[in-house]
Formats: sequence, structure tokens, C-alpha cells
Amino acid sequence: METTILEAQKINKYFHDPVKVRVLNDISFSINKGEFVSITGSSGCGKSTLLYILSTMDTDYEGNLLLEGDLLRGKKEAQLAHIRNEKIGFVFQFHYLLNEFSVLRNVMLPGLKLNRFSEQQVEQKAYEKLAMLGIEKLALKRANGISGGEKQRVAIARALINDPSIIMGDEPTGNLDKENGEVVFGIFKRLAEEFNQTLLIVTHDPHFAERTHRIIKMEDGKIVS
Amino acid sequence: MNLILGIARSLLFARWKQSLVAAIGVTFSITMFITLLSFMAGLNDLLDGLILNRTPHVRLYNDIKPAQIQPINMDSGYAQHYNFIHSIKADGARKEIYNSSAIMQALLQDDRVLGIAPRITAQVFFNSGTIAITGIVNGIDADAETKLFHFGDYIVAGTTENVDRIPNSIVLGKGLADKLLANPGDVVQITTVKGERFTLKTEGYFQSGLQDIDKTQSFASVATVQKLLSKPSSYITDIYIKLKDVNAAPAIAKEYQRLFNTDAEDIQTANAQFETGSFIRTLISYAVGITLLVVAGFGIYNILNMMIYEKMDAIAILKATGFSGRDVQKVFMLIALSIGFFGGLAGLVLGFGLCNVIDQIPFNTASLPTVTTYPVNYNPVFYIIGGVFSLVTTWLAGWFPARKASKIDPVIIIRGK
Repeated sequence: METTILEAQKINKYFHDPVKVRVLNDISFSINKGEFVSITGSSGCGKSTLLYILSTMDTDYEGNLLLEGDLLRGKKEAQLAHIRNEKIGFVFQFHYLLNEFSVLRNVMLPGLKLNRFSEQQVEQKAYEKLAMLGIEKLALKRANGISGGEKQRVAIARALINDPSIIMGDEPTGNLDKENGEVVFGIFKRLAEEFNQTLLIVTHDPHFAERTHRIIKMEDGKIVS
Repeated sequence: MNLILGIARSLLFARWKQSLVAAIGVTFSITMFITLLSFMAGLNDLLDGLILNRTPHVRLYNDIKPAQIQPINMDSGYAQHYNFIHSIKADGARKEIYNSSAIMQALLQDDRVLGIAPRITAQVFFNSGTIAITGIVNGIDADAETKLFHFGDYIVAGTTENVDRIPNSIVLGKGLADKLLANPGDVVQITTVKGERFTLKTEGYFQSGLQDIDKTQSFASVATVQKLLSKPSSYITDIYIKLKDVNAAPAIAKEYQRLFNTDAEDIQTANAQFETGSFIRTLISYAVGITLLVVAGFGIYNILNMMIYEKMDAIAILKATGFSGRDVQKVFMLIALSIGFFGGLAGLVLGFGLCNVIDQIPFNTASLPTVTTYPVNYNPVFYIIGGVFSLVTTWLAGWFPARKASKIDPVIIIRGK
């Protein structure tokens, strides 16, 4: 039997401003270990909203959310921060690297925050992740001194540093040209197939979605397939 | 914690110009705070010293006053009557302290007393040709006066030792000497109230800084003045007492008054206005200093607020990758406190430096012979207050922006892109 990493049970979400609107309607699904899942749908269908609820950053929802069997409802802000740090890796449309730090330091930050390994060990791991993505040469450059595609790969390395249970992506290829988009997709695919990494990616790019293991298609706050 | 420190440091240095401006604001205000207080305290000490150093903590004397119990009140025949007596006059001209040597013995054995100096005050006329100038000759124990009341500091020509050693020598107030045209070594002629004439040798000048005193006062040894007044060697009109603890003066004055059956005046009663003046001046310096610090605090507040707007993305991603609101708050508090700490430290050092510079500036005034440079008080308390205040203001200035940063919702920032 496959292990369930993430499980959503009847998630409902409302926007209250300016009028009460139901943006998510009884969303239930689960993701197993090693699955490469994409969420697609047209703009405004609630796919990003769902992702931010799944990511624990948005806590204003109804329903239950379980990460590795652990119920996330009712946890405190600091506890959720710790869960994000340890178990969830993020890749956003925009890279969000800290320009004040080197590439290596950017990758190391979540690892240092987790504080499970010594600084040398974290540095070692960061090098491994960068090497895996073929960008170890950039390690000592400043984050604002590299190209857009490279930045997104650094962001992926950062997401991987704590060996998370799941990587979540919000349009990770949205800001990239076709070639870099392919590189990023290739990385995700390799992570899923070689390293048995669980991935959940929100995208509106059908070409991206159709090559994932499983597509969750959303429309008007509901899962349609 | 090291990680938080590292992040704070890099954010601080990423905008090092702004950080520097904020730190300079703190430095400037602490520098001015220290300088202002040190200078003001120095000035206070100087002004107080002008009077208070020379004032005994307790002065024993016999005031000229009518007897409190008039003879008629002692007559049992009139005990049931209201007695109205008009034009009461003080009796006997005995200004001396009775049994003075025994009192002095007792005082010297009192643990609370630092030292005593006996005095005689005599009204005389200084004769300059045909003109008689009224003045006062104080009979003093020059050694004790120098030790207890800084008498030696105010001698501008000659020495105090000669006053004790050479009979019939006198130290004239500078203003008085100018009127008498008396140089050191010259002889001045005086006439006592009883009409006897003496010649005394001018040993030096005395300049107190208070014109009125310098124009009338002069000093001679106790023995010399006793001779002027034709009094025995036990004749003493005042005993000046310096205490170990000046604050005990009022209580001790009352005690001595009862014990020795004399009048006693304490320094607080005699010079209340100086305390008030010093207090107001200190209050004003603190108010100005703290205002400066508050202004610097607003500077830090602004700069941190701007930094937070600029670093929204960084805050969002830190939170997304597992930094809690508290961590973010710590980062910004550390930034604020390090601006306060280093700015304040530089301010303390610069303030000390500026005080040293002021201390070197020549300040010569005829009324203050012992002062050659501007007075500065290097009280460590000012530095402690300055240091603590720089941290407290920056803590407060950092708290609100840091709290705002901790409350930033990463979802809004990230989705907003």
C-alpha cells in the first residue's frame, strides 16, 4: 500500500471582502508518496487559493487537512512555520531569492533554520542539491547576479534542502521562456522518478500538466476530474 | 539565533547608507546628551562650589537677640497676667561662644564630623589716607580652612601658611586691596570699632569670585584678631563644622543647638536657592537630551519602516520557508538594537571626546581665579543613562516596525506578484 503524504477533506474557502464568495467547494483528494500531481484550471478557478491552503500559509478555511497523517487545523503560527520548514518545499512563479546573500547561502537558509544539521553539513547538502541541478558553479555568486532560469533552479534547490515530504509549486514555469521551462519540468520529473519525490504543481500550462502523473482539473472551486 | 543574527546583519549592511544615517542620528544625540549633561553638571558644581564649598555644613554662633524669657515672666507675682513689653533690646554684646574649647573638643570626637574651623569676625575700618573703609577681618585657622573649605584655592597672591605663622599679617580681599592700593608686603592700618589702631602687613590677596565679599572681607589668624579685639585666646565667635554627610546637616544642627546652647545654622537652610537652581538646570539638560534621543528614535522608526516595505519579498519567503513571525520580529529588533548599540557606543565615546575638548577651552574670568578652562563633570552616571537610553529608544523605535513585519501575510505578497 502506498503512503499518503497529503490529504484534503472537504476543504471550503470563502472570500469575505467585498461580499461573501465561496471560492473552494468541498475539495477532497489525497496525494501519495512519489506522485507528480498537477492542478490545472482557468484563471480564478481557485487553484492557487487551494495551494496556499495546502501549504499551511493560509489558515482561513473549513475542512480538514492532513500532512503525513498529522491534522494541521488548530496549530499555532510558529508550529505551522516549523512544519513548512521541515516538510514542505516551495517553488513560486517568482524566485524570491534574497539578493543580500550568495546562491549557496540562499539554499542553506531553510536548512539552517531547521537546525538539524551543523552548518558544515547543511553547506555540504546545499552543494549536493546544486550539483544535482547542475548549477554548483554558481554557488558563490550573489543571487542577483544570475539569470532567471538559473534563479528558478536555485529556488528548487532551496525547496529541496530539508528533504521535504512534498514540493509545492505555484506556476513555477510561468515566468520562464520555453527552454528554461523545459529544464525546470525536466528537474521535477527527475525528482519524481529518480528520487521518489512527491510534487504538487499548480499550472495553467496544459503542455506541462499533461506530462505529469496525475492531473487535478478544477473549475469554479470544484474538482472536475 | 546565529542565523537570525546573520540575516539581520546582511539586511543592515544591504542598506548600509540608511543604517549609517540612523546610527549617526543616535550617535549625535548621545554625544550631545553626554556633552550637555557633563558641561551643565560641571557648571553647576562650579557655581555651587562658589558658595557651598566655602559654606560650613553647620555653623555654631551666638546670634544677637533678646532673651527669650524676660525677667517679668519669671516673677511669680505676674504669672497670671498678660505681660506686654515694648522696645525689647538684646542684652550684653557677648557674641562669643561660651566654653568654646570644650565644645571643639567634643566636636572633634564626634564621628559624624569631618573637621572644624574656629572663626572670629571683627568689624574694622581700613584706613587709606584720610578715608576709612569699613571691612571685616576674619580670624581663621588657615590650615583647617584650606583643608575643609578650600581657602587656599582663593589666594591669588602670597600663601596661606604665612597667615598662621607671622603675627599681625593679613590677607586682603582683592577688591579691598585695590581700594587700599596695598601690594603684598605693604602695611595697612586699621582701626577697630573700639577706636584702637593697628598696623598689619599684607601677606596676599584673596579672590572669592563674589565681588561683594572681595571688597569687604579680609583674613588674619585667630590670634591676631583676638589681639585686635583685646580678647583672651578662648574667644571664638563661630565654629564652622564640615560633616561627613552633608544631608545630615539639618538634624545635626538642631542637636548641637540643644547640646551646646548656641545658635546653629545648617547649609541647606542657609543656601536653599542654590539647590533649586542646580535642580532646574539639571532638569533642563535632561529634557533637551531626551528630546534629542526621541528625535533620533523617530529616525530609526522611519528607516526600519522603509526597510520593511523594501524587504516585503524577503520577509514573505522567509515566512514561507519556515521562519515564524517571532523570528522575523527578532530580525528587525536586532537591526534596530544594533543601530542603537553601535550608534550609542560611538556617541558615548564622542561625547567623552567632546567633553575633553570643552575641558581644554580656556575660560578665564576675573571672578573665578581657580578656573582656567570650562568646567566639565565626568560623572559615569551620565554615560550609563546615555547608554541605557539609546538602547531603550531604539528598542521602542524598532518594536512597531518589527511587529508589523512579523504580521506580514506571505500569501498576499506572493500572490500579489
